[in-house]
Amino acid sequence: MSARSPDGASPAEGRDGDRPPILVVEDLRKSYGALPAVDGISFRVAPGEIVGLLGPNGAGKTTTINMILGVVSPTSGAIRIDGLDLARRRCQALQRTNFAAVYAPLPGNLTVSQNLRVFGLMYGVQNVGARVEALLAEFDLAPFRDTKAGVLSSGEQTRVSLAKAMLNRPRLLLLDEPTASLDPSVARDVRARIRGIAAREEEGVLWTSHNMREVEEVCDRVLFLSHGRILLEGDPRKLPGQHGRKTLEDLFIVVAREPLALEHA
Amino acid sequence: MIAIRPRRVAAIVLRQAYLLRASPARLLPLFAWVAIDIVLWGFITKYLNLVAAPGPDFVRLLLGAVLLWDFFSRVMQGVTMAFFEDVWSRNFLNVFAAPISTSEYVSGLVLSAVLTSTIGLAVMVVIASAAFGLSLVGYGLAILPGLLILFLFGIALGVVGCATVLRLGPAAEWLIWPIPAVLSPFVGVFYPISMLPHWMQSVSWLLAPTYVFEAMRALVSGRTVSWPALGWGALLALATIVLAGWAFARVYRYAVRTGLVARYSAETVS
Repeated sequence: MSARSPDGASPAEGRDGDRPPILVVEDLRKSYGALPAVDGISFRVAPGEIVGLLGPNGAGKTTTINMILGVVSPTSGAIRIDGLDLARRRCQALQRTNFAAVYAPLPGNLTVSQNLRVFGLMYGVQNVGARVEALLAEFDLAPFRDTKAGVLSSGEQTRVSLAKAMLNRPRLLLLDEPTASLDPSVARDVRARIRGIAAREEEGVLWTSHNMREVEEVCDRVLFLSHGRILLEGDPRKLPGQHGRKTLEDLFIVVAREPLALEHA
Repeated sequence: MIAIRPRRVAAIVLRQAYLLRASPARLLPLFAWVAIDIVLWGFITKYLNLVAAPGPDFVRLLLGAVLLWDFFSRVMQGVTMAFFEDVWSRNFLNVFAAPISTSEYVSGLVLSAVLTSTIGLAVMVVIASAAFGLSLVGYGLAILPGLLILFLFGIALGVVGCATVLRLGPAAEWLIWPIPAVLSPFVGVFYPISMLPHWMQSVSWLLAPTYVFEAMRALVSGRTVSWPALGWGALLALATIVLAGWAFARVYRYAVRTGLVARYSAETVS
Protein backbone atom coordinates (compact mmCIF):
# COMPACT_ATOMS: atom_id res chain seq x y z
CA MET A 1 0.00 0.00 0.00
CA SER A 2 1.40 3.40 -0.93
CA ALA A 3 2.20 5.65 2.00
CA ARG A 4 0.13 8.83 2.11
CA SER A 5 1.35 12.15 3.47
CA PRO A 6 -0.78 14.03 6.01
CA ASP A 7 -2.30 16.26 3.31
CA GLY A 8 -3.29 13.26 1.27
CA ALA A 9 -0.69 13.64 -1.47
CA SER A 10 1.18 10.45 -2.19
CA PRO A 11 4.43 9.60 -3.97
CA ALA A 12 2.42 8.32 -6.91
CA GLU A 13 1.12 11.86 -7.41
CA GLY A 14 4.61 13.19 -7.99
CA ARG A 15 4.61 12.34 -11.67
CA ASP A 16 3.42 15.83 -12.56
CA GLY A 17 4.54 17.43 -9.35
CA ASP A 18 6.04 20.43 -11.15
CA ARG A 19 2.65 21.38 -12.60
CA PRO A 20 -0.30 22.42 -10.48
CA PRO A 21 -2.87 19.66 -10.12
CA ILE A 22 -6.18 19.91 -11.97
CA LEU A 23 -8.09 18.51 -9.01
CA VAL A 24 -7.29 18.73 -5.33
CA VAL A 25 -9.55 16.96 -2.86
CA GLU A 26 -8.73 17.53 0.80
CA ASP A 27 -10.18 15.62 3.74
CA LEU A 28 -13.55 15.32 2.00
CA ARG A 29 -16.41 13.98 4.08
CA LYS A 30 -20.08 13.39 3.48
CA SER A 31 -22.46 11.93 6.00
CA TYR A 32 -26.15 11.23 5.67
CA GLY A 33 -27.27 11.46 9.27
CA ALA A 34 -24.92 9.25 11.24
CA LEU A 35 -23.91 7.26 8.16
CA PRO A 36 -20.62 8.35 6.57
CA ALA A 37 -20.72 7.91 2.78
CA VAL A 38 -17.31 9.51 2.25
CA ASP A 39 -14.99 9.55 5.24
CA GLY A 40 -12.09 11.96 4.91
CA ILE A 41 -10.55 11.26 1.52
CA SER A 42 -7.74 13.31 -0.03
CA PHE A 43 -6.23 12.99 -3.48
CA ARG A 44 -5.05 14.93 -6.49
CA VAL A 45 -5.30 14.56 -10.24
CA ALA A 46 -2.51 15.97 -12.39
CA PRO A 47 -2.84 17.36 -15.94
CA GLY A 48 -3.07 14.54 -18.46
CA GLU A 49 -3.41 11.95 -15.70
CA ILE A 50 -6.19 9.36 -15.64
CA VAL A 51 -7.04 8.30 -12.11
CA GLY A 52 -9.30 5.32 -11.49
CA LEU A 53 -11.71 5.52 -8.60
CA LEU A 54 -12.44 1.93 -7.68
CA GLY A 55 -14.43 0.17 -5.06
CA PRO A 56 -17.43 -2.02 -4.43
CA ASN A 57 -20.98 -0.72 -4.65
CA GLY A 58 -21.62 1.76 -1.86
CA ALA A 59 -17.92 2.53 -1.38
CA GLY A 60 -18.51 6.25 -1.98
CA LYS A 61 -17.31 6.62 -5.59
CA THR A 62 -20.44 8.23 -7.01
CA THR A 63 -20.90 10.42 -3.92
CA THR A 64 -17.34 11.64 -4.39
CA ILE A 65 -17.98 12.40 -8.07
CA ASN A 66 -21.25 14.14 -7.24
CA MET A 67 -19.47 16.33 -4.70
CA ILE A 68 -16.84 17.26 -7.30
CA LEU A 69 -19.70 18.11 -9.67
CA GLY A 70 -21.26 20.36 -7.05
CA VAL A 71 -24.57 18.50 -6.92
CA VAL A 72 -23.92 17.11 -3.44
CA SER A 73 -22.47 19.40 -0.80
CA PRO A 74 -19.70 17.96 1.39
CA THR A 75 -20.19 17.78 5.12
CA SER A 76 -16.61 19.06 5.38
CA GLY A 77 -13.42 19.24 3.37
CA ALA A 78 -12.36 21.13 0.27
CA ILE A 79 -12.43 20.62 -3.49
CA ARG A 80 -10.30 22.76 -5.80
CA ILE A 81 -10.63 22.47 -9.56
CA ASP A 82 -7.84 24.11 -11.54
CA GLY A 83 -7.05 26.14 -8.43
CA LEU A 84 -10.65 27.29 -7.90
CA ASP A 85 -12.44 26.51 -4.65
CA LEU A 86 -15.68 24.74 -5.67
CA ALA A 87 -17.57 25.95 -2.59
CA ARG A 88 -16.81 29.61 -3.25
CA ARG A 89 -16.48 29.77 -7.04
CA ARG A 90 -18.84 27.05 -8.16
CA CYS A 91 -19.65 28.33 -11.64
CA GLN A 92 -16.05 29.13 -12.58
CA ALA A 93 -14.89 25.74 -11.28
CA LEU A 94 -17.64 23.84 -13.12
CA GLN A 95 -16.83 25.81 -16.27
CA ARG A 96 -13.58 23.81 -16.29
CA THR A 97 -15.28 20.49 -15.55
CA ASN A 98 -17.57 18.09 -17.37
CA PHE A 99 -18.78 14.57 -16.92
CA ALA A 100 -20.45 11.55 -18.46
CA ALA A 101 -22.27 8.87 -16.54
CA VAL A 102 -24.47 5.97 -17.55
CA TYR A 103 -27.14 7.09 -15.10
CA ALA A 104 -27.30 10.62 -16.53
CA PRO A 105 -28.31 10.28 -20.18
CA LEU A 106 -29.06 13.44 -22.11
CA PRO A 107 -32.75 14.27 -22.67
CA GLY A 108 -34.11 11.67 -25.05
CA ASN A 109 -36.67 14.06 -26.54
CA LEU A 110 -34.00 16.33 -28.06
CA THR A 111 -31.91 15.39 -31.08
CA VAL A 112 -28.18 14.81 -30.72
CA SER A 113 -27.24 18.19 -32.18
CA GLN A 114 -29.95 20.00 -30.15
CA ASN A 115 -28.63 18.44 -26.95
CA LEU A 116 -25.09 19.48 -27.77
CA ARG A 117 -26.16 23.03 -28.64
CA VAL A 118 -28.18 23.42 -25.44
CA PHE A 119 -25.37 22.14 -23.23
CA GLY A 120 -22.83 24.09 -25.26
CA LEU A 121 -24.64 27.29 -24.33
CA MET A 122 -24.99 26.15 -20.74
CA TYR A 123 -21.23 25.60 -20.53
CA GLY A 124 -20.56 28.98 -22.13
CA VAL A 125 -18.87 27.46 -25.21
CA GLN A 126 -17.86 30.11 -27.75
CA ASN A 127 -18.81 29.45 -31.37
CA VAL A 128 -20.99 26.59 -30.24
CA GLY A 129 -22.13 25.60 -33.74
CA ALA A 130 -18.61 24.86 -34.93
CA ARG A 131 -17.76 23.04 -31.70
CA VAL A 132 -20.84 20.84 -32.05
CA GLU A 133 -19.93 19.99 -35.64
CA ALA A 134 -16.38 19.10 -34.60
CA LEU A 135 -17.64 16.78 -31.85
CA LEU A 136 -20.23 15.16 -34.10
CA ALA A 137 -17.37 14.28 -36.44
CA GLU A 138 -14.95 13.25 -33.69
CA PHE A 139 -17.42 10.85 -32.07
CA ASP A 140 -18.86 9.51 -35.37
CA LEU A 141 -22.23 11.03 -34.54
CA ALA A 142 -22.82 12.98 -37.74
CA PRO A 143 -25.32 10.41 -39.10
CA PHE A 144 -27.35 10.82 -35.89
CA ARG A 145 -27.30 14.61 -35.65
CA ASP A 146 -31.08 14.88 -36.21
CA THR A 147 -31.98 11.70 -34.37
CA LYS A 148 -33.59 11.98 -30.95
CA ALA A 149 -31.11 10.87 -28.32
CA GLY A 150 -33.69 8.60 -26.69
CA VAL A 151 -33.90 6.24 -29.65
CA LEU A 152 -30.16 5.68 -30.00
CA SER A 153 -28.51 2.45 -28.88
CA SER A 154 -26.65 2.39 -25.55
CA GLY A 155 -23.33 2.71 -27.33
CA GLU A 156 -24.50 5.65 -29.39
CA GLN A 157 -25.96 7.35 -26.31
CA THR A 158 -22.65 6.89 -24.52
CA ARG A 159 -20.86 8.56 -27.41
CA VAL A 160 -23.35 11.46 -27.24
CA SER A 161 -22.71 11.79 -23.49
CA LEU A 162 -18.96 11.76 -24.12
CA ALA A 163 -19.33 14.39 -26.86
CA LYS A 164 -21.31 16.55 -24.40
CA ALA A 165 -18.57 15.97 -21.81
CA MET A 166 -15.99 17.36 -24.24
CA LEU A 167 -18.01 20.44 -25.26
CA ASN A 168 -16.14 22.92 -23.05
CA ARG A 169 -12.71 21.26 -23.41
CA PRO A 170 -12.78 20.55 -19.66
CA ARG A 171 -9.63 20.65 -17.59
CA LEU A 172 -11.23 17.97 -15.41
CA LEU A 173 -13.28 15.14 -16.86
CA LEU A 174 -15.33 12.86 -14.61
CA LEU A 175 -16.40 9.57 -16.12
CA ASP A 176 -18.63 7.30 -14.08
CA GLU A 177 -18.57 3.85 -15.70
CA PRO A 178 -18.39 5.32 -19.21
CA THR A 179 -18.14 1.93 -20.92
CA ALA A 180 -20.63 0.02 -18.78
CA SER A 181 -23.19 -0.49 -21.54
CA LEU A 182 -20.83 -0.82 -24.48
CA ASP A 183 -19.74 -3.87 -26.44
CA PRO A 184 -16.01 -4.68 -26.19
CA SER A 185 -15.20 -3.16 -29.56
CA VAL A 186 -16.91 0.17 -28.88
CA ALA A 187 -15.55 0.18 -25.32
CA ARG A 188 -12.00 -0.18 -26.62
CA ASP A 189 -12.62 2.65 -29.06
CA VAL A 190 -13.98 4.88 -26.27
CA ARG A 191 -10.98 4.12 -24.05
CA ALA A 192 -8.59 5.01 -26.85
CA ARG A 193 -10.41 8.27 -27.51
CA ILE A 194 -10.36 9.28 -23.85
CA ARG A 195 -6.68 8.47 -23.52
CA GLY A 196 -5.94 10.45 -26.65
CA ILE A 197 -7.97 13.45 -25.52
CA ALA A 198 -6.51 13.40 -21.99
CA ALA A 199 -2.98 13.39 -23.40
CA ARG A 200 -3.65 15.95 -26.12
CA GLU A 201 -5.68 18.42 -24.05
CA GLU A 202 -3.80 17.78 -20.78
CA GLU A 203 -7.09 16.98 -19.10
CA GLY A 204 -7.20 15.35 -15.73
CA VAL A 205 -9.59 12.42 -15.74
CA LEU A 206 -11.30 10.71 -12.83
CA TRP A 207 -12.66 7.37 -14.04
CA THR A 208 -14.81 4.88 -12.19
CA SER A 209 -15.27 1.39 -13.50
CA HIS A 210 -15.92 -2.14 -12.36
CA ASN A 211 -13.97 -3.50 -15.30
CA MET A 212 -10.49 -4.09 -13.88
CA ARG A 213 -8.91 -4.94 -17.22
CA GLU A 214 -10.13 -1.63 -18.52
CA VAL A 215 -8.70 0.15 -15.49
CA GLU A 216 -5.31 -1.51 -15.99
CA GLU A 217 -5.34 -0.42 -19.61
CA VAL A 218 -6.48 3.15 -19.11
CA CYS A 219 -5.56 4.47 -15.69
CA ASP A 220 -2.21 5.87 -14.64
CA ARG A 221 -3.13 5.52 -11.00
CA VAL A 222 -5.99 4.00 -9.02
CA LEU A 223 -7.61 4.76 -5.68
CA PHE A 224 -9.44 1.91 -3.98
CA LEU A 225 -12.36 3.11 -1.89
CA SER A 226 -14.04 1.08 0.79
CA HIS A 227 -16.62 2.38 3.22
CA GLY A 228 -15.91 5.93 2.10
CA ARG A 229 -12.16 5.78 2.69
CA ILE A 230 -9.18 5.38 0.38
CA LEU A 231 -7.78 1.99 1.24
CA LEU A 232 -5.14 1.56 -1.45
CA GLU A 233 -3.49 3.73 -4.01
CA GLY A 234 -0.98 3.17 -6.76
CA ASP A 235 -0.16 2.00 -10.26
CA PRO A 236 -2.88 -0.47 -11.34
CA ARG A 237 -0.28 -2.66 -13.02
CA LYS A 238 1.96 -2.90 -9.94
CA LEU A 239 -0.56 -2.75 -7.12
CA PRO A 240 -1.75 -6.40 -7.27
CA GLY A 241 1.81 -7.72 -6.96
CA GLN A 242 2.53 -5.37 -4.06
CA HIS A 243 -0.36 -6.99 -2.20
CA GLY A 244 0.29 -10.60 -3.15
CA ARG A 245 -2.47 -10.84 -5.77
CA LYS A 246 -2.23 -11.90 -9.35
CA THR A 247 -4.62 -9.43 -10.89
CA LEU A 248 -6.32 -6.16 -10.13
CA GLU A 249 -9.62 -8.05 -10.08
CA ASP A 250 -8.32 -10.33 -7.31
CA LEU A 251 -7.28 -7.26 -5.36
CA PHE A 252 -10.66 -5.65 -5.96
CA ILE A 253 -12.42 -8.70 -4.54
CA VAL A 254 -10.25 -8.55 -1.42
CA VAL A 255 -11.06 -4.85 -1.02
CA ALA A 256 -14.74 -5.59 -1.43
CA ARG A 257 -14.85 -8.58 0.93
CA GLU A 258 -12.07 -8.10 3.44
CA PRO A 259 -11.16 -4.42 3.54
CA LEU A 260 -10.00 -4.64 7.15
CA ALA A 261 -7.35 -7.21 6.22
CA LEU A 262 -5.78 -4.72 3.82
CA GLU A 263 -6.24 -1.75 6.10
CA HIS A 264 -4.22 -3.38 8.85
CA ALA A 265 -1.66 -4.95 6.52
CA MET B 1 -24.93 40.99 -6.75
CA ILE B 2 -25.87 37.91 -8.76
CA ALA B 3 -24.54 37.99 -12.33
CA ILE B 4 -26.90 36.47 -14.88
CA ARG B 5 -25.14 35.26 -18.03
CA PRO B 6 -27.54 35.46 -20.97
CA ARG B 7 -26.10 32.44 -22.84
CA ARG B 8 -26.97 30.14 -19.96
CA VAL B 9 -30.46 31.56 -19.66
CA ALA B 10 -30.79 31.16 -23.44
CA ALA B 11 -29.85 27.47 -23.11
CA ILE B 12 -32.97 26.79 -21.03
CA VAL B 13 -35.17 28.78 -23.43
CA LEU B 14 -33.63 27.10 -26.47
CA ARG B 15 -34.31 23.66 -24.99
CA GLN B 16 -37.97 24.62 -24.52
CA ALA B 17 -38.17 26.06 -28.04
CA TYR B 18 -36.76 22.84 -29.52
CA LEU B 19 -39.33 20.78 -27.62
CA LEU B 20 -42.23 23.00 -28.71
CA ARG B 21 -41.11 23.02 -32.32
CA ALA B 22 -40.85 19.25 -32.46
CA SER B 23 -44.00 18.34 -30.61
CA PRO B 24 -47.56 19.32 -31.55
CA ALA B 25 -48.66 17.77 -28.26
CA ARG B 26 -46.72 20.50 -26.46
CA LEU B 27 -47.57 23.30 -28.89
CA LEU B 28 -51.33 22.77 -29.08
CA PRO B 29 -52.13 23.34 -25.37
CA LEU B 30 -50.48 26.77 -25.55
CA PHE B 31 -53.52 28.10 -27.38
CA ALA B 32 -56.12 25.34 -27.68
CA TRP B 33 -57.42 25.37 -24.10
CA VAL B 34 -57.46 29.14 -23.77
CA ALA B 35 -59.26 29.36 -27.13
CA ILE B 36 -61.89 26.89 -25.90
CA ASP B 37 -62.27 28.86 -22.66
CA ILE B 38 -62.76 32.13 -24.51
CA VAL B 39 -65.27 30.64 -26.95
CA LEU B 40 -67.26 28.98 -24.16
CA TRP B 41 -67.34 32.06 -21.92
CA GLY B 42 -67.86 34.30 -24.91
CA PHE B 43 -71.16 32.59 -25.71
CA ILE B 44 -72.19 32.43 -22.05
CA THR B 45 -71.64 36.18 -21.67
CA LYS B 46 -73.45 36.94 -24.93
CA TYR B 47 -76.40 34.92 -23.68
CA LEU B 48 -76.33 36.67 -20.30
CA ASN B 49 -76.30 40.05 -22.03
CA LEU B 50 -79.36 38.95 -23.98
CA VAL B 51 -81.48 37.64 -21.12
CA ALA B 52 -80.37 39.83 -18.18
CA ALA B 53 -81.83 43.19 -17.35
CA PRO B 54 -79.95 46.11 -18.91
CA GLY B 55 -76.95 47.08 -16.79
CA PRO B 56 -73.70 45.24 -16.55
CA ASP B 57 -71.83 44.29 -19.72
CA PHE B 58 -71.15 40.60 -19.09
CA VAL B 59 -68.68 40.37 -21.95
CA ARG B 60 -66.40 42.94 -20.35
CA LEU B 61 -67.14 41.69 -16.83
CA LEU B 62 -66.90 37.94 -17.18
CA LEU B 63 -65.10 37.30 -20.46
CA GLY B 64 -62.46 39.86 -19.49
CA ALA B 65 -62.05 38.10 -16.15
CA VAL B 66 -61.66 34.71 -17.86
CA LEU B 67 -59.05 36.16 -20.19
CA LEU B 68 -57.03 37.66 -17.34
CA TRP B 69 -57.29 34.52 -15.22
CA ASP B 70 -56.26 32.27 -18.11
CA PHE B 71 -53.30 34.57 -18.71
CA PHE B 72 -52.21 34.12 -15.09
CA SER B 73 -52.66 30.33 -15.32
CA ARG B 74 -50.64 30.18 -18.56
CA VAL B 75 -47.77 32.13 -17.02
CA MET B 76 -47.69 29.81 -14.04
CA GLN B 77 -47.88 26.71 -16.21
CA GLY B 78 -45.23 28.12 -18.52
CA VAL B 79 -42.75 28.09 -15.64
CA THR B 80 -43.75 24.71 -14.26
CA MET B 81 -43.93 23.00 -17.65
CA ALA B 82 -40.38 24.10 -18.52
CA PHE B 83 -39.26 22.72 -15.15
CA PHE B 84 -41.21 19.48 -15.55
CA GLU B 85 -39.38 18.82 -18.81
CA ASP B 86 -36.25 18.37 -16.70
CA VAL B 87 -38.18 16.20 -14.24
CA TRP B 88 -39.61 13.97 -16.97
CA SER B 89 -36.31 13.59 -18.82
CA ARG B 90 -34.37 13.11 -15.54
CA ASN B 91 -32.07 15.87 -16.57
CA PHE B 92 -31.31 17.45 -13.20
CA LEU B 93 -27.85 15.95 -12.86
CA ASN B 94 -26.81 17.22 -16.30
CA VAL B 95 -28.24 20.69 -15.67
CA PHE B 96 -27.13 21.27 -12.10
CA ALA B 97 -23.64 19.85 -12.69
CA ALA B 98 -23.24 22.47 -15.42
CA PRO B 99 -21.91 25.94 -14.57
CA ILE B 100 -25.39 27.43 -14.41
CA SER B 101 -26.59 29.19 -11.28
CA THR B 102 -30.07 28.65 -9.85
CA SER B 103 -30.84 32.30 -10.74
CA GLU B 104 -29.90 31.64 -14.38
CA TYR B 105 -31.89 28.42 -14.43
CA VAL B 106 -35.00 30.04 -12.94
CA SER B 107 -34.57 33.03 -15.29
CA GLY B 108 -34.60 30.57 -18.19
CA LEU B 109 -37.83 29.02 -16.90
CA VAL B 110 -39.38 32.50 -16.52
CA LEU B 111 -38.33 33.59 -20.00
CA SER B 112 -39.77 30.36 -21.44
CA ALA B 113 -43.02 31.21 -19.64
CA VAL B 114 -43.00 34.74 -21.07
CA LEU B 115 -42.80 33.34 -24.59
CA THR B 116 -45.45 30.65 -24.15
CA SER B 117 -47.89 32.83 -22.19
CA THR B 118 -47.57 35.62 -24.75
CA ILE B 119 -48.74 33.19 -27.44
CA GLY B 120 -51.71 32.24 -25.25
CA LEU B 121 -52.58 35.87 -24.50
CA ALA B 122 -52.38 36.83 -28.17
CA VAL B 123 -54.72 34.00 -29.16
CA MET B 124 -57.19 34.93 -26.42
CA VAL B 125 -57.18 38.62 -27.34
CA VAL B 126 -57.71 37.88 -31.04
CA ILE B 127 -60.63 35.48 -30.44
CA ALA B 128 -62.25 37.62 -27.73
CA SER B 129 -61.98 40.69 -29.91
CA ALA B 130 -62.96 39.16 -33.27
CA ALA B 131 -65.78 36.92 -32.06
CA PHE B 132 -67.17 38.76 -29.03
CA GLY B 133 -66.07 42.37 -29.42
CA LEU B 134 -64.01 42.45 -26.24
CA SER B 135 -61.24 45.03 -26.44
CA LEU B 136 -58.51 45.13 -23.83
CA VAL B 137 -57.91 48.75 -24.82
CA GLY B 138 -61.44 49.47 -23.66
CA TYR B 139 -60.42 48.79 -20.06
CA GLY B 140 -58.06 51.76 -20.14
CA LEU B 141 -54.59 52.09 -18.71
CA ALA B 142 -55.37 50.07 -15.61
CA ILE B 143 -55.20 46.89 -17.67
CA LEU B 144 -51.42 47.24 -18.02
CA PRO B 145 -50.53 47.12 -14.32
CA GLY B 146 -53.22 44.47 -13.97
CA LEU B 147 -51.53 42.24 -16.54
CA LEU B 148 -48.15 42.92 -14.95
CA ILE B 149 -49.41 41.94 -11.48
CA LEU B 150 -50.95 38.73 -12.82
CA PHE B 151 -47.74 37.99 -14.70
CA LEU B 152 -45.59 38.47 -11.60
CA PHE B 153 -47.95 36.41 -9.46
CA GLY B 154 -48.00 33.66 -12.10
CA ILE B 155 -44.20 33.59 -12.14
CA ALA B 156 -44.09 33.45 -8.34
CA LEU B 157 -46.54 30.56 -8.09
CA GLY B 158 -44.76 28.76 -10.92
CA VAL B 159 -41.47 28.99 -9.03
CA VAL B 160 -43.20 27.79 -5.83
CA GLY B 161 -44.58 24.87 -7.85
CA CYS B 162 -41.07 24.00 -9.07
CA ALA B 163 -39.72 24.17 -5.51
CA THR B 164 -42.54 21.92 -4.29
CA VAL B 165 -41.86 19.27 -6.94
CA LEU B 166 -38.10 19.46 -6.39
CA ARG B 167 -38.62 18.93 -2.67
CA LEU B 168 -41.42 16.33 -2.71
CA GLY B 169 -40.70 14.45 -5.93
CA PRO B 170 -42.28 14.07 -9.37
CA ALA B 171 -45.58 12.77 -7.98
CA ALA B 172 -46.13 16.19 -6.39
CA GLU B 173 -46.77 17.70 -9.82
CA TRP B 174 -50.41 16.77 -9.29
CA LEU B 175 -50.46 19.24 -6.41
CA ILE B 176 -49.39 21.99 -8.78
CA TRP B 177 -51.94 21.75 -11.61
CA PRO B 178 -55.01 22.62 -9.47
CA ILE B 179 -53.44 25.70 -7.83
CA PRO B 180 -55.23 28.25 -10.09
CA ALA B 181 -58.56 26.51 -9.48
CA VAL B 182 -57.96 26.54 -5.72
CA LEU B 183 -57.09 30.23 -5.74
CA SER B 184 -59.87 31.42 -8.03
CA PRO B 185 -62.64 31.55 -5.37
CA PHE B 186 -60.39 33.65 -3.12
CA VAL B 187 -59.27 36.24 -5.67
CA GLY B 188 -62.79 37.03 -6.87
CA VAL B 189 -62.36 36.34 -10.56
CA PHE B 190 -66.12 36.45 -11.17
CA TYR B 191 -67.55 38.28 -8.14
CA PRO B 192 -66.63 41.06 -5.71
CA ILE B 193 -64.65 40.07 -2.66
CA SER B 194 -67.42 41.52 -0.49
CA MET B 195 -69.47 38.43 -1.43
CA LEU B 196 -67.07 36.20 0.50
CA PRO B 197 -67.25 35.35 4.20
CA HIS B 198 -64.82 37.28 6.39
CA TRP B 199 -62.29 34.50 6.79
CA MET B 200 -62.05 34.12 3.01
CA GLN B 201 -61.75 37.87 2.56
CA SER B 202 -58.75 37.97 4.90
CA VAL B 203 -57.04 35.44 2.63
CA SER B 204 -58.15 37.29 -0.51
CA TRP B 205 -56.51 40.57 0.47
CA LEU B 206 -53.17 38.78 0.78
CA LEU B 207 -53.33 37.65 -2.85
CA ALA B 208 -52.17 40.09 -5.51
CA PRO B 209 -54.74 39.10 -8.22
CA THR B 210 -57.59 40.16 -5.92
CA TYR B 211 -56.64 43.81 -6.51
CA VAL B 212 -56.60 43.30 -10.28
CA PHE B 213 -60.10 41.83 -10.45
CA GLU B 214 -61.50 44.43 -8.08
CA ALA B 215 -59.99 47.16 -10.28
CA MET B 216 -61.37 45.51 -13.41
CA ARG B 217 -64.88 45.43 -11.95
CA ALA B 218 -64.56 49.09 -10.92
CA LEU B 219 -63.60 49.98 -14.49
CA VAL B 220 -66.46 48.04 -16.06
CA SER B 221 -69.03 49.54 -13.71
CA GLY B 222 -67.73 53.07 -14.34
CA ARG B 223 -66.27 53.56 -10.86
CA THR B 224 -62.82 55.01 -10.24
CA VAL B 225 -59.97 52.53 -10.05
CA SER B 226 -58.08 52.68 -6.78
CA TRP B 227 -54.50 53.12 -7.94
CA PRO B 228 -53.10 52.82 -4.40
CA ALA B 229 -54.87 49.44 -4.15
CA LEU B 230 -53.37 48.36 -7.47
CA GLY B 231 -49.99 49.56 -6.23
CA TRP B 232 -50.46 47.45 -3.11
CA GLY B 233 -51.32 44.49 -5.36
CA ALA B 234 -48.08 45.04 -7.29
CA LEU B 235 -46.11 45.16 -4.03
CA LEU B 236 -47.75 41.93 -2.91
CA ALA B 237 -46.89 40.31 -6.25
CA LEU B 238 -43.26 41.42 -5.89
CA ALA B 239 -43.17 40.14 -2.30
CA THR B 240 -44.57 36.80 -3.52
CA ILE B 241 -41.80 36.62 -6.13
CA VAL B 242 -39.14 37.29 -3.51
CA LEU B 243 -40.65 34.62 -1.26
CA ALA B 244 -40.85 32.17 -4.16
CA GLY B 245 -37.20 32.77 -5.09
CA TRP B 246 -36.19 32.32 -1.47
CA ALA B 247 -38.21 29.07 -1.26
CA PHE B 248 -36.64 27.67 -4.45
CA ALA B 249 -33.11 28.55 -3.31
CA ARG B 250 -33.77 26.97 0.08
CA VAL B 251 -35.18 23.78 -1.44
CA TYR B 252 -32.26 23.62 -3.90
CA ARG B 253 -29.76 23.92 -1.04
CA TYR B 254 -31.64 21.15 0.78
CA ALA B 255 -31.54 19.01 -2.37
CA VAL B 256 -27.78 19.50 -2.71
CA ARG B 257 -27.19 18.84 0.98
CA THR B 258 -29.19 15.62 1.00
CA GLY B 259 -28.09 14.38 -2.42
CA LEU B 260 -31.62 14.72 -3.79
CA VAL B 261 -30.49 16.46 -6.99
CA ALA B 262 -28.11 13.64 -7.80
CA ARG B 263 -30.61 10.85 -7.33
CA TYR B 264 -33.75 12.65 -8.48
CA SER B 265 -35.98 10.46 -10.59
CA ALA B 266 -39.45 9.02 -10.53
CA GLU B 267 -38.08 5.79 -9.14
CA THR B 268 -35.86 7.17 -6.42
CA VAL B 269 -38.07 9.89 -5.00
CA SER B 270 -41.29 8.87 -3.38
